[in-house]
Amino acid sequence: MRIFRLAGRRLAASIPTLALILVGVFLLLQFAPGDTVDAMMAQMGGGDAATAKELRKFYGLDLSIPAQLGNYLWRLIRLDLGFSSIYGKPVASVILERLPPTILLMTASLSFAFFFGIVFGVIAARGVNKWPDTLISILGLIFYATPSFWFGLMAIVVFSIYLQWLPAGGFENIGALQTGIWRTLDIARHLVLPTLTLGLIFLAIYLRIMRASMLEVLNLDYVRTARAKGLDETRVVIRHVLRNALLPMVTLIGLQAGTMLGGSVVVESVFSLPGLGRLAYESVVQRDLNTLLGIVFVSALLVIVVNFAVDLVYARLDPRIAAEG
Amino acid sequence: MDAVKRYFRSPAAVTGLVLLLFVVAMALSASWFYPREPLALAGRPLIWPFSNPRFLLGTDNSGRDIAAQILYGARISLLIGGVATLIAIAIGILIGALAGYYGGWIDTVLMRITEAFQTLPNFVLLLVLVAVFGSTLTTVTIAVGVVSWPAPARLTRAEFLSLRNREFVQAGRTLGMKDIQLILGEILPNALPPIIVYASVIMAVAILLESALAFLRLSDPNVASWGNLIGLGRDVLRVQWYVSAIPGIAILVTVLAVSLVGQGLNDALNPRLKGR
Repeated sequence: MRIFRLAGRRLAASIPTLALILVGVFLLLQFAPGDTVDAMMAQMGGGDAATAKELRKFYGLDLSIPAQLGNYLWRLIRLDLGFSSIYGKPVASVILERLPPTILLMTASLSFAFFFGIVFGVIAARGVNKWPDTLISILGLIFYATPSFWFGLMAIVVFSIYLQWLPAGGFENIGALQTGIWRTLDIARHLVLPTLTLGLIFLAIYLRIMRASMLEVLNLDYVRTARAKGLDETRVVIRHVLRNALLPMVTLIGLQAGTMLGGSVVVESVFSLPGLGRLAYESVVQRDLNTLLGIVFVSALLVIVVNFAVDLVYARLDPRIAAEG
Repeated sequence: MDAVKRYFRSPAAVTGLVLLLFVVAMALSASWFYPREPLALAGRPLIWPFSNPRFLLGTDNSGRDIAAQILYGARISLLIGGVATLIAIAIGILIGALAGYYGGWIDTVLMRITEAFQTLPNFVLLLVLVAVFGSTLTTVTIAVGVVSWPAPARLTRAEFLSLRNREFVQAGRTLGMKDIQLILGEILPNALPPIIVYASVIMAVAILLESALAFLRLSDPNVASWGNLIGLGRDVLRVQWYVSAIPGIAILVTVLAVSLVGQGLNDALNPRLKGR
């Protein structure tokens, strides 16, 4: 398959990028005050210098920095992210536990932003410079300027405290041991507000791009042809315009993947969701540098994977891209 | 000046300018309205807004005047947003100009680094920087600037790529001008307008990044910042939700103003692209 070869080549090209990030962040973390052993000693409630030296030797922290870096990269190739002294488990399993809520949240927000971005973008472009367009554009600007954590807090005030419709935080009801469909529904209820909060800024971006791209495509010759042969406006938009107008939207998913992951740090903290973003925050506060480095690795990997998927979708939407490769 | 006239013909751009001037006025008048330290205790804690004429916007959990914190917070937000934007633009122009002008392996290396920065979520990188260098006003400002440079670098590179072989640059080269003269004196002035317009986007994002950091209590706790106040208000969200609500509106208005001005500038400088 041509598409796969093309996307595969881009995937291979991202390996040096990933290595660059890891080396950079690893060296950066050497400047951090205190290392893993300091964090462990603090956790144990202090200890003498001999124990610290022993531990440093055990974890290979007494080696030179290049040797430590080499060790780290070598372990990474075997998918070993090291040990988290705070959680008392391998970093890989800590991250793996926290990954599902984040991926769920990101997928839900992305779908929300993408779907409503298309709907509002199309409505705005169809009546350009009339009142629905103006209203949607103003709302888009306001959503874009809203700090997500503040929107989240205000949503909690309205929907959880005053109306009491939705839970204020958490991933699921731990007290009630639910299974199957009930558990799914419970998690969905917990994710409504976080999804809205994270999705809002992206909705603002998507609807603006969708509107611009619709306006551009609507003026092309083949659309005039479609109208001239007597198709009604709905069919012109759905069958002919939408597919081409979607291209920039798909590109945007790849570009925004990192921003979305960053946004989930804040949103997960607001709604106390046990996800990757909250883990990143906790590891900064607790100075768990091994975990922080692991999160850097996993989030870069996630961005690369999303971009790989975007490449595939892109080539499907526009066959010319695969042909040119 | 056609561009100025075009700018003032757009209601959105004028609204943005008015809002921005209002925020700047807030920042400038802070010490005039409230000569006392904004983080000092002022009265009883948790007074509701508009219930006591001495504290127009009420007081927070520990009895500090919210109105004073809002005015001083405007200073912090504009300061961090402005300086971080300057840092991001400076790094971006440096990297982008070198990559675009010289091309070849310099371009490849610099673009790889840019790509690495773009692959890493910028808020995660911001967390790493704060974890390493601590969270004082200076380090946070620099950190926000450092995570924001890749986009202007790409923009500068694209402009340089399209300009470097134009006639006026070739003419300069024939005259024996040095690379540095060509870059700074000939190409950069022509590449600058879109970069300046893009600065508004960077500034808007920088203000949002800092407020998010402050909300997580990872920014400087010793300055009156809007994000700090929202974070504090979270503890009393159940009843005294106004402590968080008020500074959030301040952030919203500031970011909105900066975006509107940027968009207005863009439309005024590129009239043919209007409506995009």
